[in-house]
Amino acid sequence: MTLLELKAVTASYGPVQVLDGVSLSVPEGGSVGILGANGAGKTTTLRAISGTVRTGGTIRFDGRDIRGLRSDQVAALGIAHVPEGRGTLGQLSVRENLLVGAYLRRDRKAIETDIEYCLDLFPQLQDRVGSRAAALSGGEQQMLAVGRAFMARPKLLLLDEASLGLAPGTAKTVYQAIRRLRLESGIAMLVVEQNANLAFSLVDTATVLETGRNVLTGTSAQLKGMDEIRRAYLGG
Amino acid sequence: METFIQLVVDGLATGSIYAALALAIVLVNQATGLINFAQGGMAVLSAYIAYVFVQLGLPIIVAILIAVVLSFVFGALVERFLVRRFERGDPDTAVVVTIGLLTLVTGISAVLWGYNNLAFPSLFPLTSVEILGAVVSVRSLATAVTIVVIMVVLQLLFLRTKLGLALRAVADNPSSAAFSGLPVGRLLMVGWGLAATLGAIAGVLVAPQLTLTPGMLDTALVYALAAVILGGLNSPIGCVVAASAIGVLENLVAVYVPLIGHDLKIAVPFVLIFVILILRPQGLFGRKVVVRV
Repeated sequence: MTLLELKAVTASYGPVQVLDGVSLSVPEGGSVGILGANGAGKTTTLRAISGTVRTGGTIRFDGRDIRGLRSDQVAALGIAHVPEGRGTLGQLSVRENLLVGAYLRRDRKAIETDIEYCLDLFPQLQDRVGSRAAALSGGEQQMLAVGRAFMARPKLLLLDEASLGLAPGTAKTVYQAIRRLRLESGIAMLVVEQNANLAFSLVDTATVLETGRNVLTGTSAQLKGMDEIRRAYLGG
Repeated sequence: METFIQLVVDGLATGSIYAALALAIVLVNQATGLINFAQGGMAVLSAYIAYVFVQLGLPIIVAILIAVVLSFVFGALVERFLVRRFERGDPDTAVVVTIGLLTLVTGISAVLWGYNNLAFPSLFPLTSVEILGAVVSVRSLATAVTIVVIMVVLQLLFLRTKLGLALRAVADNPSSAAFSGLPVGRLLMVGWGLAATLGAIAGVLVAPQLTLTPGMLDTALVYALAAVILGGLNSPIGCVVAASAIGVLENLVAVYVPLIGHDLKIAVPFVLIFVILILRPQGLFGRKVVVRV
């Protein structure tokens, strides 16, 4: 069953067109990567889905057309976006950030259980529950952003450059936790990642974007080591 | 000594007026991240609305309740149709817009009701009681109690309720909050509506004492802003403490320091602010805003 489907999606910031016909699909419980060089349109593809950029084409999620919805409406349908550059609420505590993530839920007991789960997934956050998010390290903020997205219990997680600005070891820890989250929760994921190794550790299939268009799509096994991948990342 | 106590008590009474307005400013700031300079003007407009219903023969408490409800609607509409256009842009622009709004609202009050002082009936009895040798009017006492109750309710709203959490999340980062499904636009309207409600209560509490004029709260707004800065932009309790301190201090200084007297006493809170902000930039009770890039 296809959970998310993009067909010939275009997007522009004012007069600048960034997406020029992107198509991809994410099956239920699947994990799909979007690869490509800087400026290829990876982040914009995620923003097109979560309703933060003006778009054309077709975007269907869970059987309904979601193009043109506001980002809070998209979130309410079961899509959680972890934006580039974290996405924590700096003046709110770690616990409050997680509670904001669960804003649309009414099951108070399950919310507490899920907070416990987040702290188990990211043990680094355990001692920081009462600290404000802005006081956390970059890695801890990224963990919190993922945790907050999970708290919504979404069907689909949009993950944008979770390794950005993190030390290699920290980035690896974050990805290991996300992989565990995927296995244990079955949440489908659409992952943008510059670091190909990290990306392939998390996704089953991937599509490569170049100047706002798909140039290549395949399974992780097919794509690993291909020249196009190296070119897309190194721009050479 | 009796004069001293009387001055302190009177100061606390005026301080509670500043506190009411300061709380409304804190509420808007917590809920939207902005400072609304029109808060005083909007509060006066609310008091005029209550006045109209009193003139129509309604009991004062009913008139106030109607004004409070209409103020909520007015505040929400101001956010939706005026402030919304400027929220995502430069905060400086939004601040100037609220100053423009202050001028506009004051002008509307003046056009509709003129500049003559209108007598506004008091919600509380006009009797006095004696406390420690000082004469305290029941009205001042009741006003102060009302303000403290509102302060506690606000503190609980922000720190203990889901709505409060959502308001703070939206103020912190609206687009990020939307990713968790928070209806940002509606929450901003609620924040402005609640602040206008608070302003309305402040307006009707002080109107009997100051008598109703379009510029009734202009001076109070200056002191309220001083209290907000002094107490900390994100601390309702801090604002009330600071507002009371300012009220008492200006009274004491006006009488005991002849050089300053009644003409210069408005400068006192600002000298105080200057000194305190050097020592504690986040205000007396405020939390430091940490930004890590």
